[in-house]
This record gives sequence, C-alpha cells and structure tokens, in this order.
Amino acid sequence: MAVVSANATVMNNVEAVRATLYDALKSDERVCILGEDVGARGNVFLITKDFVGEFGERRIIDTPIAEASIVGIAVGMAMEGLRPVAEIQFADFIYPSFNQIVGEAAKIRYRSNGEYTCPMVIRTPYGGGVRGALSHSVSIEALFYHVPGLKIVAPSFPADVKGLLNTAIDDPDPVLFLEHKKTYRLIKGEVPNGHYTIPLGKANVLKEGTQLSVVSYGLYVHWALDAARQLEGESLSVEVIDLRSIRPMDKTAILESIQKTRKLLIVHEDNKFGGIGAEISAMVAEEALFNLDAPIRRLCGPDVPAMGYALPLEEEFMSSPAEMANAMREMVKF
Amino acid sequence: MPTTITMPQLGETVTEGTVAQWLKNVGDSVDKYEDFVEVSTDKVNAGVPSPVTGTIRELLVKEGETVATGTPIAVIDEAGAAPKAAEAPATAPRGEPAPAPQGPSGNGAPVSVAETADLESAARGASPAVRRLAREHHVDIRTIKGTGANGRVTAEDILAAARTGGTTQIAAPPTPPAATAPPPAAAPPIVPGATQTSTYAQPVPGTFVTLSQARRIIAERMVESRHTAPHAWSMVEVDVTDVWQWRVREKDRFERETGYRLTLLPFFVRAVVKALAEFPLMNAKFVAGTGSAPPSIYVNPEMNIGVAIGLPANLVVPVIRHADKLSIKGLAIAGGELIDKARKGKLGVDDLAGGTFTVNNNGANGSWASAPIINAGQAGIVTMEAIVKKLVVRNDDSIAIRQMMNACLSLDHRVVDGYVASGFLASLKRHLEAMGPQGEL
Repeated sequence: MAVVSANATVMNNVEAVRATLYDALKSDERVCILGEDVGARGNVFLITKDFVGEFGERRIIDTPIAEASIVGIAVGMAMEGLRPVAEIQFADFIYPSFNQIVGEAAKIRYRSNGEYTCPMVIRTPYGGGVRGALSHSVSIEALFYHVPGLKIVAPSFPADVKGLLNTAIDDPDPVLFLEHKKTYRLIKGEVPNGHYTIPLGKANVLKEGTQLSVVSYGLYVHWALDAARQLEGESLSVEVIDLRSIRPMDKTAILESIQKTRKLLIVHEDNKFGGIGAEISAMVAEEALFNLDAPIRRLCGPDVPAMGYALPLEEEFMSSPAEMANAMREMVKF
Repeated sequence: MPTTITMPQLGETVTEGTVAQWLKNVGDSVDKYEDFVEVSTDKVNAGVPSPVTGTIRELLVKEGETVATGTPIAVIDEAGAAPKAAEAPATAPRGEPAPAPQGPSGNGAPVSVAETADLESAARGASPAVRRLAREHHVDIRTIKGTGANGRVTAEDILAAARTGGTTQIAAPPTPPAATAPPPAAAPPIVPGATQTSTYAQPVPGTFVTLSQARRIIAERMVESRHTAPHAWSMVEVDVTDVWQWRVREKDRFERETGYRLTLLPFFVRAVVKALAEFPLMNAKFVAGTGSAPPSIYVNPEMNIGVAIGLPANLVVPVIRHADKLSIKGLAIAGGELIDKARKGKLGVDDLAGGTFTVNNNGANGSWASAPIINAGQAGIVTMEAIVKKLVVRNDDSIAIRQMMNACLSLDHRVVDGYVASGFLASLKRHLEAMGPQGEL
C-alpha cells in the first residue's frame, strides 16, 4: 500500500476489503467474521491474514465446510445484536445457504413485524475470467436479485469497496456483498483515508457521453470504460454508468442518462436470460419508452450451465472489451 | 417480388462505382449468379452477378454514371414469385409464373419510387423517441432523409430538422375533418420567445393563453354539459353549528392520529350519500337515445362522489369511491389522500374516473351562493357555501346566533324535477343538522 497523499492510499480491491474489515473490527466490537479458512489460513486471498491473532477466535471464527451453517449462525448473531460479516469462500458455494439467506435473513424484519432486524453482511468473491472453471467462476446476483429484503452490492473500484462495505456493515438489514475475483489484484486505485460511507442504491457515472448509455457493474465496468474511451478516438460519445448497487437499483441515474442519449446498452457477465439486464430493460421500457431511439441491447453471458475451464470456452463466455466496443459502435450508429 | 440491386462495394475503401456496361436490358431474363452489369471502380472492373433468377424490370443508372455504393441500380422481378396483389393482373391464375409487369421505362420516376418506399418503411420503423419528437416538433418523418443505419431516421435527425425548419413540416397535428362549424380563425403560431402567447398560470394581457390538455378538456366538458343537460337550480339554508363544533372538537386529535386535516368536506359527503340513498334518481344519469334505442335514465349502483379541487392552473374532480360505505373518518382520509395527490399532480386516471355525483366545497372565499355546471354524465352537483354567523329565530321562537350555510344544487332537469330535487336538498339539510356536536367519527 503506497501512500500517495496525506488523504488517500493506493490499494487494490483485496487490500481495500482487508483494510475496511480491519477498521470495522477495531472500531466496533460487535463486528465479527465467520467463514471457511478465515482464521488460521487468513482467507484464501489473505484478506483476513493475522486477524485471528489480533482479534481472537471469538470474533474471527473458522467454520466447517457448511455454508448453510455459516449464514444461519450469522443470522442468529445479527438478530441478537452483533454485526457479523459472513464469508462464502466462493460464490459458487453459496447454494447450500440459499434457504438461510432467502428464507430467513431477508424476511426477519417482516416476519417479526420490525421487532428484529438482521444486520449482517455476506461477502463472497464471484465472477470469471480467471480460469476458475465450473466451481470458481459463477455470477450469482440474479438468483438473489428477485428477493425483497435483500440488498446486493457489487463494487468495482477500491474506493467504492471501502465506502460500500462500511455502509453494508452499518446497514440494519442483510447485504450481499459481491467482490469480483478478477478485479481483486488487477484494479488499483486511491482510497481516501479514514472512515467514510457510500450510500447503497447510488450509481456512479464514470464517463459522460451523449450518444449511448452503457450500464454495467463488476469487472465489466472496467472493460466497458476501456471500450468507451477507445471509441472517443472515433468521435463516438458513450456514457458509462457503474451501478455499484444492484439492488436497490439507481433508476434515476439510468433514466437521466437515457433522456440524454436515447440508447441503452447493458453489459454484464451473468447470463442474459432473467438477469439484471432484463430488469433494467423492463424498467426503462416502462418508464422511458418514448425516449428510446433504438432497441435496448444486452451484452451478457450465454445461456450455458457454466463457464468451461478450457480457455476458448472461457473466452466464449466472457465478453471482451473489443466485443463491447463493437456493440457500442453499432448502437451509436443505429 | 421485385428485388432492388444496389451498387456493390468492390474493395474495402471503395465508396462509389461506375456502371461501365449493362449486360442485360429491361425485359431480359437473368439467372441467379449470372453477371448482369459491369462495374468499374478506381481499383477494379468486375461483373456483378444477379442474386436472383428473374426478369430485369428497371435499370436505374445510365452507363457511364458514377453512384455511391448502396445506391439502387436495378430492379429484378424474381421469377415464380407472386407479384404483390396490387400489381398483379386480376386474372393472373394461381401458381403460374407471373408475367413481367410493364414497369415504367428507365427515364424519370423510378428512383423516387424506390426512395419513397424506403422512406415509408423508415416512417413505419420509426423508434418511439422519433415518433414522439416528430409529433412534438410537427415534423413529417417521411420527409426526413435518415442518417442512421440503413437510412433510418434517428431522433437527432428529427431535432436537426426542427432546428433548421428545412423540411416539410406538418402544419398542425392531424385532426379529424370538421363535420359542422368551420375551425375558428387560424390559431396564432407558437413562436418560441415571441409575445403572442402566455401561460394560464401567468397570463399576459394582449396575448393568447395556450391551453393545456387538461384545460381543453375542461372547456369541452363544460360546453357539453351546459348544452346537453338543461340545468335547474335550488338552494337550502343549513344550520351547521353542531357539525362545526363536532369538527372543532375532533380536528386536533384526528390530525395527530391520521396526519390529515379534518375539514368539513367528509361531513358534507356523508350527508350527501345519505340523501342520495333516499333519492337514487339524484345518483343517476341521462342516457340519450341512439337509433332505435329510446332515451333512458341509468340509476348508478355505486355512490362515487367527485370532489372538486381548484388548483392554480387547473380544476380536478377526483372521486371517492363507494363513499356510502365509508365512515366520516374514512371519508376524511380518502379525501385527504386525493387532495394530497391533486396538489402533487399525482392523480391517476383511476382517481378521476367513475364519479356519479359531485360535491364542491365552495365557501372558503366567502361565496354565498353559486350555480355550478353539472359534471357531464351526472344528475347533479351540490356546492357548500360560506358559513356565516346569523341571528336565527328558532322553532320555539327564541333567537340565537347560529352558524348558517347555503347548500346549492344544480340538477339535470331531464333526470329529476323540483319535487325530487327539493326532497333531496331537504334530506341533505336534515342529515347535516343532525350531525354533532359529538359522536363517533
């Protein structure tokens, strides 16, 4: 971590998660971490390295390989006043805990008529492009997107990781915090020092443009940004919006952008059918049809059961910056 | 089916081509993949094969002429394909190869025919944004040459046309042909920045106020009602002292508990629905006869009470549905919600539709009597006028200071007569005077 100024530090996304968790553990004794290998091993990406030595086994809890228990225990801790940060080692392993997340955590407030809340965070690395094959590549956001009571965050930049993770820990309700694996060490950026928060449900316009709005999140935000900048050389003006929060969704930011550009391209890694892009498309069709000058387009993962290990299969699944640039070009010229 | 052949792009950087020689003439048959024209560019000379088997119908470019790639150069009638109904001779038997229609010969019109077809399909395929902008700026999409993919008219094209004014503009939004009166002298054109027009909210003397959709509808409905329903009018004086005191007693607690102000409106509506229950013909409408169907009166099965709310630039009459099923408290909340929505401009179609009788709480500014226009499609409207303290001689000959209010009724004389109307007003008066000074809201 290089210090660039008195007010900010340059770090990558892994370091941003680690630093934010560390500060939270230091400043709030209700915060605790539980998951597979978060203790002695210090997490597979070394996010919690040495935490157990400093904060003890009562706050940094190594669990069995039992995801339903990890989340279920965290739900109980949260209901009784702690601020657990549960970790699912890879998003691909989250399925056993589905019932605890959807059936329990998301419904506690409603079920208890507001008497209980469930202030917990479930952190999990997701996404492909790292030769992770079937069990280390999946995107899970659409599976949980449908569930009222659950918030879903997917930051792309280290500064957003910190601000949004702080907000997620403070939030009185469960937050699913998605960290794209490929951005973990690839993406570096300045992170302001000291405690700060970024509100959930606020998108970030990364690049302004007038001819096309591109909405994305996660790794693809970076690639879409690269593509949009490349198109500047062709005098094409593309706006890039980083959703940051998938739910709640920043409808205002999307609609304001479309009012200007009249065209919408949604780019995400998760597969297309029933995905986040489908919801955004429906929302825009409902609220802004008469601003649209082109069919909405979604550039997303294919409808295949998983991302293959073989490089050609992985590349076929992922959308490249060049494919994004092509889609943008076609839409601007439509 | 005619197939239009365009100038091909022969080479990557080539943008135009010259027709060096036509290898076929109009009326000649041509096989699929058979060269029918020789094209020269600054890089190559090449024969261009026909994509279909058929008959040359038109040659659109003269030999030696240079045109941009993508420009239509010929039309070939595909063999065996049925010609479009409009073009086919009425007697053409099914299944037989269509005879080559006598197309226009090469000189004159053909290019524009092809272009017109393109432009029409561009209008049909216009995006929602293009259609909206074209409507708003009175631009005819068919007159615009599109700059989008395949000549598509883009939103930017419409805006550019509107900016320059260089295209054929539609003079006014299409209106159905006027059946009776000629339209009023041409409305002044709306010129941005010019002073001939102003707004309803800020009217300027010597200008024309541009009417909003809502104001136009109000005007139409008022004329419709006044011209079709013969209005009659009646008024009663009501002693509202007790109901006033009841409201004063309850209003702070009510506002604390519900967040809505407790006005007299819900008390009035409650009395109105009780009176309507006794006189169902007041909750009815006149149905004009059509053709063989004689005119009739439809007695509404529901009591949906419209509440007139005046806004600075508009008048809205949202409807309290099933008002007869609500307590005074329920009416107060329903009315409060509608007033809230009206002030925020959030009333939906459902909020405004289906009224069967209207109440106008008219007295706030001191009006003492008024003759309202009936909401078209209803039998009556009642206004509640200003409440004033008066010296009153009571039934026992004592003199008292009482709060008095006039309730005025306009009625559709086709539906009810004075007999029903005065009975209704008497009932309304009786119910209002029976309310309070205490009780359960």
